[in-house]
Amino acid sequence: MHINLTLIIQMLAFAALIWFTMKFVWPMILGPMQERERRIAQGLAAADQGEEELKQARAGGEAILREARERAGVILDQAQHSANEIIERARVSATQEGQRLVMAAQQQIELEAARAREQLRRQVGEIAVAAAAKLLEREIDPRAHEALLEEFAAQI
Amino acid sequence: MAASASARIGEYVTGHLTYLTNKPQTSLINFTVINYDTVFFSVLLAVLFGGSFYWVARRMTADSARVPRGFQSFVELVVEWVDGQVKDVFHGNNPLIAPLALTIFCWVYLCNFMDLLPVDLLPDLARTIGLSHLKTVPTTDLNYVFGLSLPVFFLTLYYSFKVKGPLGFLAELTLQPFTSKNVFVQALFVPINFVLESVTHLARPLSLALRLFGNMFAGEMIFVLLALLTLVHGYPMLATFSGWGLAIMQLALTFLWGVFHLLIITIQAFIFMMLTIVYLAMAHERH
Repeated sequence: MHINLTLIIQMLAFAALIWFTMKFVWPMILGPMQERERRIAQGLAAADQGEEELKQARAGGEAILREARERAGVILDQAQHSANEIIERARVSATQEGQRLVMAAQQQIELEAARAREQLRRQVGEIAVAAAAKLLEREIDPRAHEALLEEFAAQI
Repeated sequence: MAASASARIGEYVTGHLTYLTNKPQTSLINFTVINYDTVFFSVLLAVLFGGSFYWVARRMTADSARVPRGFQSFVELVVEWVDGQVKDVFHGNNPLIAPLALTIFCWVYLCNFMDLLPVDLLPDLARTIGLSHLKTVPTTDLNYVFGLSLPVFFLTLYYSFKVKGPLGFLAELTLQPFTSKNVFVQALFVPINFVLESVTHLARPLSLALRLFGNMFAGEMIFVLLALLTLVHGYPMLATFSGWGLAIMQLALTFLWGVFHLLIITIQAFIFMMLTIVYLAMAHERH
């Protein structure tokens, strides 16, 4: 139990150790620890935020989906409607076209019938003239009797 | 037989109380003598503490995102715990106090821990390489404990001066604990206050050092005394039942004291650290 030079040496060693700890140990351990703490806090906050955003996005997506579904229904209705309209219009125009064709055909038929009738009439006239000529034994001048022939034809 | 046994006991105990010095010390204070063993072990443990913590610190700084495990977790635990203790007591801003507290706790703890090595292990090893004595526990050396408490004392004086100013510090020394509104009575109190406060301040490094020293010295002494149970008889005692009883008793008691001492060395290191923090915090407080 003596006090000697060891005391001085111990004080110097203590001072050196404090200096070393203060300079190279303490800040180099506590600094990264605080940095890590900050990062973890940041990470947790980011996770919370992400979850919140996900929730919002999910809600937004659902809204969009619902809206899209509604719009699809509307569009479908419209399409159905316009399809009906088109069919109706087509039917109407087809009917009109058919009527027009029928009418044209009737006219054609009438025309043909009139022409045939005319021809027939002329032939009958000619036959009648020929018959009359044979009966009279002489030539009937068709030019002189044209009016007569016409009258015949009209009567037939 | 009795005389030689008691002589041997005396020799054994004295051997455990003698430092490995460059020359025998006769006077109480002699600054030409060095305790090689205290210096060697304390510096070795300082290097162990500084080196291992620095090793962790460098790897942490290199990659602050790494997941802590193993020794790094332990170091972080200690550092954070010390930081918490300092922040509980000291609310100012002083970058010295926390590293100082960590240094004190770890160094004192490691030095105390030397006490848990078997008392004769290292001295016997030292004897085989020709060293006559070896005291392995630096905290049982007054030089070591004062080597800690005196710098702490100087630091408290320095910060008292720095924070409060010379006048403020002087006022703290002379104007309390006794105060009076009457100027003359107060003047009368000044010398009394000064004596009381001086004693308060001077008692701190003394009590700080001697508390640690006393605990560790006594702890080591118990281990030495337990070793004495079987020392004088030697191996022949194992021929008798009572001899076996003594041997088993020594083992059991040494174990129990070791377990108890494990608590003591931790508490003493903790107390030294806490009181250092408290003293330095008080030095920063204005009245």
